[in-house]
Amino acid sequence: MRNAFAAAVTELGETHPSLVMLAGDIGNRLFDPFKDRHPSRFYNCGVAEANMTGVAAGLAASGLRPITYTITPFNTVRCLEQIRLDVCYPDLPVIVVGTGSGLSYAGLGATHHSMEDIAILRTLPNMHVVCPADPVEVRLALNDALRLGRPTYIRLGKKGEPVVHATPPNFTIGRGISVREGSDVVILSVGNMLATALQSAEDLNQRGVSVQVVSMHTVKPLDDELLDGAFAAKKVVVVLEEHALTGGAGSAVLEWGSAQRVDLRKLLCIGGPDRFLSACGSQRQARALLGLTAADIAPRILSRLE
Amino acid sequence: MTDLSPPDSIQLAARFRARVVFMSNAAKAAHLASALSCMDIVALLYHSVLQLDPLRPKWDERDRFILSKGHAAAALYVALAYKGFIPDAALDTYGMAGSLLEEHPSPKLPGVEAATGSLGHGLPQGCGMALAARIKQQGHRTFVLMSDGECNEGSVWEACMFAAAQRLGNLCAIVDFNKWQATGRSREVLALDPLVDKFKSFGWDVREIDGHDHAQIAHAVEHVSIREQKPTMVVAHTVKGRGVSFMEDDNNWHYRIPTVEEVQLARAELDVPIERSRRVSA
Repeated sequence: MRNAFAAAVTELGETHPSLVMLAGDIGNRLFDPFKDRHPSRFYNCGVAEANMTGVAAGLAASGLRPITYTITPFNTVRCLEQIRLDVCYPDLPVIVVGTGSGLSYAGLGATHHSMEDIAILRTLPNMHVVCPADPVEVRLALNDALRLGRPTYIRLGKKGEPVVHATPPNFTIGRGISVREGSDVVILSVGNMLATALQSAEDLNQRGVSVQVVSMHTVKPLDDELLDGAFAAKKVVVVLEEHALTGGAGSAVLEWGSAQRVDLRKLLCIGGPDRFLSACGSQRQARALLGLTAADIAPRILSRLE
Repeated sequence: MTDLSPPDSIQLAARFRARVVFMSNAAKAAHLASALSCMDIVALLYHSVLQLDPLRPKWDERDRFILSKGHAAAALYVALAYKGFIPDAALDTYGMAGSLLEEHPSPKLPGVEAATGSLGHGLPQGCGMALAARIKQQGHRTFVLMSDGECNEGSVWEACMFAAAQRLGNLCAIVDFNKWQATGRSREVLALDPLVDKFKSFGWDVREIDGHDHAQIAHAVEHVSIREQKPTMVVAHTVKGRGVSFMEDDNNWHYRIPTVEEVQLARAELDVPIERSRRVSA
């Protein structure tokens, strides 16, 4: 996703002359093509995220379209008040991009984990929370955020995630993308869990369960039509995320369902625990530890159907 | 007899001071001494420095002014009324339900460039505006007025390093150095001194002035331009509560609200006729 983002921002820099990249002292080589093509529109803001976010707000207030980029916890909770007051309060078109979200940097320790960012950012008025599922969605998300022109948080994984979409799907912030049809269960997959969701669906299919899989890339605003349909037609509605259950996408669906008075007994939220994770190894190992693998997910869904 | 000639900036500052004293009492709003402290700077900037067009508040090439010490909002509001961004009568709604003149500036109010009130937010945004001018090849300047207590915030120093690295010569920050913050002397709460040397060592062009001397204020900011290589920091020595003898350098007035009698005393000291003290726009 990281490389897809760098490629997308370089390309979109051509069609959006007001796009300005601000980076928090990372991705130096990654953005070389952008710097080569748009030298006056790339700024390394150093290890100073509060200032970087304020600078972005100042640029946006002057008609430019800034993107802030650094490792997720530093670009979200570190500078949360700047996002809240400088960006969201005046409703400015700043795009906050966090790289290494969820457990992407599991091995780096809890300082670099980001299991709370969705929960925290979705509470901010005017903010849009977008979690692309694969490299294809990264480009589409960035393009649509530029169209939207409102405060937008884009939650990236790391590099090397599998491409799920063989061809670019229609992508609109706030509208989920169905990637597999099915009649018994729907898995609403958030961000980088999509490949795992599809594997879980395949496993369940072999047990005779028909599973729809949706890339629910936008956690705020939620897709009302998608959720209405899911709770009306399916026996189980799963929300799958590499994020804490507290306040995450599943929690957002729970809030939605409570207000809409749907049958919330159908809801199964799968995510991370309410504790700091330590000694969890690689992302793959960390996911195994938390039960975020198809081998764990498929049986949980199956037991809900019994 | 009514004097119809336009006020100079010194007269304007006196008129502004009388009005904010009145507004503080009417709204029962705190931070009066903070507004009085920076009033000469605000009056001089809005009178003679800032290139603005109240009919086009978002005019792309306007000078930017950010009141980063947002708790002095009343000082900004009287200036915005004087320029015509908001009607004079709006000042009477300060702090009331339904009024955009809140105790800290709202970005929804015409002429307000940034939502301030949480300290340390103005300078980074000012850096962004100054950088935007360079990217867009525009000649306007950005001014950010901060408090000395505000310099406790780490984001101020992050922004100082950024502005110096980017050579934002079109950026001017002014510290209203009244030596007080909410609960004590600013040099004692955190080690603020030596403030001038600190900013110099951060790569800024630092001007140390009497923040109540209009000629000195004007002189300190006149060179600010896109052609300069260093951002300018004006360390303006001021007196908190300036202009009202019984408020000067008395930090109780950070939060105290003047009584009706105290408003009358202040108005007499400021030597502003009652009619004038009720109206800031000539």
